[in-house]
Amino acid sequence: MAQPQMRRAIESGVPDNQQFLHPLLKKNYGNWKYHDRPRPGVLHHVAHGGDEVWTVRAGTQRQMDVHTIRRLCDIADRYAEGHVRFTIRSNIEFMVSSEARVAPLIAELEKGGFPVGGTGNSVSMIAHTQGWLHCDIPGTDASGVVKALMDELVDEFRREEMPNRVHLSTSCCEINCGGQADIAIIVQHTKPPKINHDLVANVCERPAVVARCPVAAIRPALVNGKPSLEVDEKKCICCGACYPPCPPMQINDPEHSKLAIWVGGKNSNARAKPTFMKMVAAGLPNHPPRWPEVAEVVKRILHVYKADARPWERMSDWIDRIGWPRFFERTELPFTKYLIDDWRGARANLNASTHIRF
Amino acid sequence: MTKEMYKTPMLDALETGPWPSFVTGLKRLAKDKDYVVDLLGQLEHSYVTRKGYWKGGTVGVFGYGGGVIPRFTEAKDETGKPMFPAAAEFHTLRVMPPAGMHYSTDVLRKMADIWEKHGSGLIAFHGQSGDIMFQGVTSENTQPAFDAINELGFDLGGAGPAVRTSMSCVGAARCEQSCYDEARAHRTVINSFLDDIHRPSLPYKFKFKFSGCPNDCMNSIQRADMAIIGTWRDNIRTDEALARKWFAKHGMDELVNDVVARCPTKAIRLKDTKDLKAGDSVSAVALSDAHGLEIENRDCVRCMHCINVMTGALAPGKDKGATVLVGGKRTLKIGDLMGTVVVPFMKLETDEDRAKLVELGQKIIDFFAENALEHERTGEMIERIGIVNFLEALEIPIDPNMVSSPRTNPYVRMDGWDEEVAKMKAAKQVA
Repeated sequence: MAQPQMRRAIESGVPDNQQFLHPLLKKNYGNWKYHDRPRPGVLHHVAHGGDEVWTVRAGTQRQMDVHTIRRLCDIADRYAEGHVRFTIRSNIEFMVSSEARVAPLIAELEKGGFPVGGTGNSVSMIAHTQGWLHCDIPGTDASGVVKALMDELVDEFRREEMPNRVHLSTSCCEINCGGQADIAIIVQHTKPPKINHDLVANVCERPAVVARCPVAAIRPALVNGKPSLEVDEKKCICCGACYPPCPPMQINDPEHSKLAIWVGGKNSNARAKPTFMKMVAAGLPNHPPRWPEVAEVVKRILHVYKADARPWERMSDWIDRIGWPRFFERTELPFTKYLIDDWRGARANLNASTHIRF
Repeated sequence: MTKEMYKTPMLDALETGPWPSFVTGLKRLAKDKDYVVDLLGQLEHSYVTRKGYWKGGTVGVFGYGGGVIPRFTEAKDETGKPMFPAAAEFHTLRVMPPAGMHYSTDVLRKMADIWEKHGSGLIAFHGQSGDIMFQGVTSENTQPAFDAINELGFDLGGAGPAVRTSMSCVGAARCEQSCYDEARAHRTVINSFLDDIHRPSLPYKFKFKFSGCPNDCMNSIQRADMAIIGTWRDNIRTDEALARKWFAKHGMDELVNDVVARCPTKAIRLKDTKDLKAGDSVSAVALSDAHGLEIENRDCVRCMHCINVMTGALAPGKDKGATVLVGGKRTLKIGDLMGTVVVPFMKLETDEDRAKLVELGQKIIDFFAENALEHERTGEMIERIGIVNFLEALEIPIDPNMVSSPRTNPYVRMDGWDEEVAKMKAAKQVA
């Protein structure tokens, strides 16, 4: 019997973006002079030749149904010459060639439930992951956490009242797909994996799982006469690295998988070199559908930062100035022994000086 | 198509509030698709039990080894039957976006039509690696869905131990800080590695990211195995009209506290306008008849701060290009690693320049493929073997721009010192 004819893929790779550019962006490609922000949510770019384009930025839910996409397309057709783009934080941008269309476009977006903002020194949309909706190893949800938090932070998204821009991220496991941010919310497991020894031999490539452990706490073992794996629970740091290659090593636990808060990550080279974020809170419950305990800590940190930081200080710049003792004092977060680094390179994080603020 | 909705009190709580709700979107899709009715059922089950219920598997399209993220339900009753059978298969197609994530509404509508026909109707713009994520398709519909997307001019991205989908900033299309043609570099590089994207065979993932200036809007330094970040070599440009306009609006307080004092290398000095003097390495601009700025560009580290604050009044120079950093990644397995400098500066203006970037990427990926352990990222490999071994294998000349300081310990065999000194002197004479 003949095999059915399979279509061969066209390995076209990344499409040429020129075909999708707004006409003014195409015309002035590589030839922009400066920009300003007439109001929060709006960028105004001026080209060397004098052309001007206004960009209106709005928040989306990232995970969009086709009806929402068509609705945004209708708006773009009406105001933005049929072109849009998305930012790295899943905001949508409409480029507008006439200033007169900016206000009606904003009104239409707000009426349609898409908050306008996310520019300049605002709290922008939260970079996030898949969570329970689609991930195979999630400790919590992503879209839901983000929806709940953005509901609380929407005023700061709409305004530009922060000392500098604030990037947030959420991640449903310690792999941290959400990425570095000024404030990041990341699952932190607190108990070793629970192993289903009946399944390990058939599901897991055991040497690969042993190699995956950062602290060499996993070793092959015979359990109930079956080849399996065992974990030295005293050594285990509950990172969950063994779970993806070996799903019978269940790390997620409704009660003991907690949430931790990290601050001060910055990828921009502006002022200080880029920084990694630091853990400042932990043990927060995984509490759907609105994670109120997490929202409370995030808002508290944002509130203190907004009140205390000077203009252009990112979260990390601000903490550099005031010091960690005052950060913990002002945010009323407990500084415990678990926040003192003991991983490789940890001595670099100790205070090797008498620089102490009294 | 009229399966009754499950009760979803937890998810319903995410339909209130001002931010756009993905739950409302899913419910709208569920009116036409039992597939999404059951997806909502499973998601509510996750919210109640606080557990995930998807497992991976093997689903793909003809000719490719990656790009589809298979998901099969693990939410089953005592007899092993799926509790939400219509959504028992819920795979994702990762599709590479155009550089800068620009779209016409025409192409977005076509994507929506394809996904309404073949999939769940749920699309994420975009995933954390930059993919357009077409979320929710059965095994049976995976191939026809891909065929339609592929005919539209789009291609699958990376998954597993492969070169991954890339991202670039808005860049030259709408940003005055752009230091190279990010979109062309992005497309040229990625489309040179399609085989390594579509047929995963590396030790682990390998990511390129393209940012047009040191603001690094693509977060490449912390996430990319190879980060291409725009920069410039000559003097910061100035525009007196815009500088005077900025000063008139913002005043001396902001100038001193927000611009001069925040320069990380103290390269900026406040001057009396009558004493302002531009020079070979000095940018100078008057802000008023009384005051102006001088910037010693040899001390400037191209951090972008003053340019961000006084955009237009100050601007990147004209001799533009990029710095290439290698080895960025997040926690697993040895802890976070930043990308570090491997090429302090390269021009990226011509096709030849871009071919050199591709060649560098190819050399790094070849070395990675040969030398990394399974599941080891490029940065971890470099940490294990030492950056000097990496650079020598790639025949990249060492440069003091690659370190934040020379070594602080004597624990090294140095019997090759004289030969190295001779080599450095010879190289200097050639240059």
